[in-house]
Amino acid sequence: MRHLVRAEWTKFRSVRGWGIALLAAVALTVALGVSAAAGNHSSCGGASDACPALPLGPDGTAVDDHFSYVHRSLTGDGSITVRLASMTGQRRLPDATPGVLTVESGLVPWAKAGVMLKSSTRQGASYAALMATGTHGVRLQYDFTHDIAGSTARVTAAAPRWLRLVRTGGNLTGYESADGTHWTRVATVHPAGLGSRVRIGLFAASPGNLRVTRADLGGSVETVSFSSTTAVFDHVGLAGTTAGAWRYSDIGATLEPGGSVHHPGSARWSAGTYTVTGVGDVAPSLDGIAVEKTLTGLPLGLLVTIVVAAGFATAEYRTGLVRSTLAAEPRRGRALAAQSAVTAAVAFAAGLVAVGVTLPVGAHVLRANGNHVLPAGALTDVRLVVGTAALVALTAVLGHALGVLLRRGAAAIALGFALVVVPRLLATSSVIPDGAARWLLRLTPAAGFAIQQSIPTYDQVTAHLVPQSGFYPLPPWAGLAVTAGYAALALLLALVALRRRDA
Amino acid sequence: MGNATIEITGLRKRYGPAVALDGMSFTVPPGRVTGFVGPNGAGKTTTMRVVLGLAAADAGTALIGGRPYRELRTPLRHVGALLDAGALQPGRSARNHLLWLAHSQGLGAARVDAVLDRVGLAAVARRRAGGFSLGMRQRLGIAAALLGDPPVLMLDEPVNGLDPEGVVWIRGLLRSLAAEGRAVLVSSHLMSELADTADHLVVAGRGRVLADAAVAELIAAASDGRVLVRTAQPAAAHAAVLCAGARATVTGPDTLDVTGPPADRVVALLTAAGVPFAEVTAYRASLEEAYLRLTRDAVEFRATGEAAR
Repeated sequence: MRHLVRAEWTKFRSVRGWGIALLAAVALTVALGVSAAAGNHSSCGGASDACPALPLGPDGTAVDDHFSYVHRSLTGDGSITVRLASMTGQRRLPDATPGVLTVESGLVPWAKAGVMLKSSTRQGASYAALMATGTHGVRLQYDFTHDIAGSTARVTAAAPRWLRLVRTGGNLTGYESADGTHWTRVATVHPAGLGSRVRIGLFAASPGNLRVTRADLGGSVETVSFSSTTAVFDHVGLAGTTAGAWRYSDIGATLEPGGSVHHPGSARWSAGTYTVTGVGDVAPSLDGIAVEKTLTGLPLGLLVTIVVAAGFATAEYRTGLVRSTLAAEPRRGRALAAQSAVTAAVAFAAGLVAVGVTLPVGAHVLRANGNHVLPAGALTDVRLVVGTAALVALTAVLGHALGVLLRRGAAAIALGFALVVVPRLLATSSVIPDGAARWLLRLTPAAGFAIQQSIPTYDQVTAHLVPQSGFYPLPPWAGLAVTAGYAALALLLALVALRRRDA
Repeated sequence: MGNATIEITGLRKRYGPAVALDGMSFTVPPGRVTGFVGPNGAGKTTTMRVVLGLAAADAGTALIGGRPYRELRTPLRHVGALLDAGALQPGRSARNHLLWLAHSQGLGAARVDAVLDRVGLAAVARRRAGGFSLGMRQRLGIAAALLGDPPVLMLDEPVNGLDPEGVVWIRGLLRSLAAEGRAVLVSSHLMSELADTADHLVVAGRGRVLADAAVAELIAAASDGRVLVRTAQPAAAHAAVLCAGARATVTGPDTLDVTGPPADRVVALLTAAGVPFAEVTAYRASLEEAYLRLTRDAVEFRATGEAAR
């Protein structure tokens, strides 16, 4: 087998056109990615014109950390118990008459109000919070990316909810109750960065009001407008070593160019009743550019890969060389495997170079232009490069197998393109409905593009997470596994055909 | 050269309604050049493809040194074959074409250079094979066949496209390969190409063997022991030989064919009868005639067979 692989490699490298085509594909992928990055500029006005840095959560994720917080100091173990007496909100609607504000009352799905322990009032600081939400019931969330569901209770004036958060060392346990007597444990969590002295208190937040409408061509259009949440707390009980008076912080408030706060939150308290109005969200942020947006040249690179891989197979049939190949190795499965392995290895190497250069250079150019690049973490960056190279390799295996199966270059290339590249182009270019786009990226070999999604989808993020905006329906490795399945199937069919045919 | 034989037994193969092989059987022994002749469509190439495992026979076996080709590891070290000299990737150089073949058999570049030298392509080894003339491609194909230094060689129409110098070269090459103890099977649709090269001929027609004999035997069989007589008195000569019990046919104003007695007996008969003659020659058929006669018979046999059904 080693000899055969070496022979196929000699075969591949000795036709100069194939190597040149692959190098061109690499260059094209890099050039398109960098030029796409170079076309993105961000500026936020103000003196420096630069945009403020995104706050980062304890694990390095870019986060939204904007909410109204009424808090005191807590040292060591302790707890907070409250009754959330009511939770109401406002949502801004699209202007019916330009310039005239229309607002309706009601909560957005991820409106949040409850109790929170946070290591400091700094944006991005570690926290755990037990909360009621607009439509997602009671949740225990911590450090932005973690979200645990409690009961599905919805808080109204008629149905208040009791919430309790207990700190014991590094452990934080949330409890909820309908009556303040019978408590149900929600979960126990361990936020990463809580020191011994923390802030403890009440909070409210309300992400933007997201509305999704069908676009003219079949995709979707999202609009986000202002919303706010007002929570009324009473029966507030603190245990443990607390210190200082209650303080109010409008954490993460954005300032207008004039210096006033844009959409301020508010809080007031008297006689044991606390009314907190919040705007914003405490969750991972998508307010930036995911690094894989620089891989715009990948579909084109894949097309070239398919052309080369299919050509490697069909050239044998066009010239009759296949008879020499099969005379040199009459065990046809091995002959096919060797050629497929070389195709995959060459494509993998090309993909590794293309993606390994495009991502860091593209990210650098994006940042230099004032854009926020959403940080993904070193492991995810490695997964993007290696996984995308694997996608290129699998596409090559598929293209090569189609070449063996169909024996005609044009047919194999057209089919490979239709299977891998076309579904992805359709699904991400707003010409078909979101549902259809998701199914395309679940069922076709294009599912493997999921490997290049650097930012995970979180349930608690208010966003329309569709292929069009770079969010895939399958997890990264599951998507790649679908592509691998197609490549394996094509290889199997090619093997059966090769075994049955006279050469 | 070990077990260097090709044994072909009862090969049958159909392509739809067309019969390509119809019980093809023969053996190619080591140490001589066996010619494989027959008109186009006789099944020569199909037989070779079956031997190499490229085409599957419906029935019968083809063995190399007692083993089917599919069982050979590094098969090019057992059998070298030239099937289609045009089967080359045009963009690949001659040397690289041989190099990948060599690598597939665990051989190195030194062997490639050796065979390039042997076929006279060393000077153009790094040129694209796409630019080669048919003759150069034939040489490259022969180099590929020689690559594994195999005890068995099988060449399909190797003389095609060679210039006269090349034809002479390949005849010498084939004879020397056989002299080294290899089994050499060479096909051609033209008997004349093989007349001076092959020791033994397998004549094929319509997918089966029509004759399997040494060259001299074939010629003798086609000659029928006829004696040609040139004389001013053909009628008298005719009478003289008829008296002796031979058969004779007047073939021209001064010629007749005598069948039966050898030439010296005919001379004696004519002399005894007092018939003057200008020439008495034992007729020797050309190989071409023998071949045409065999293949024509095959066609007639087949036609009769079908009519009788």
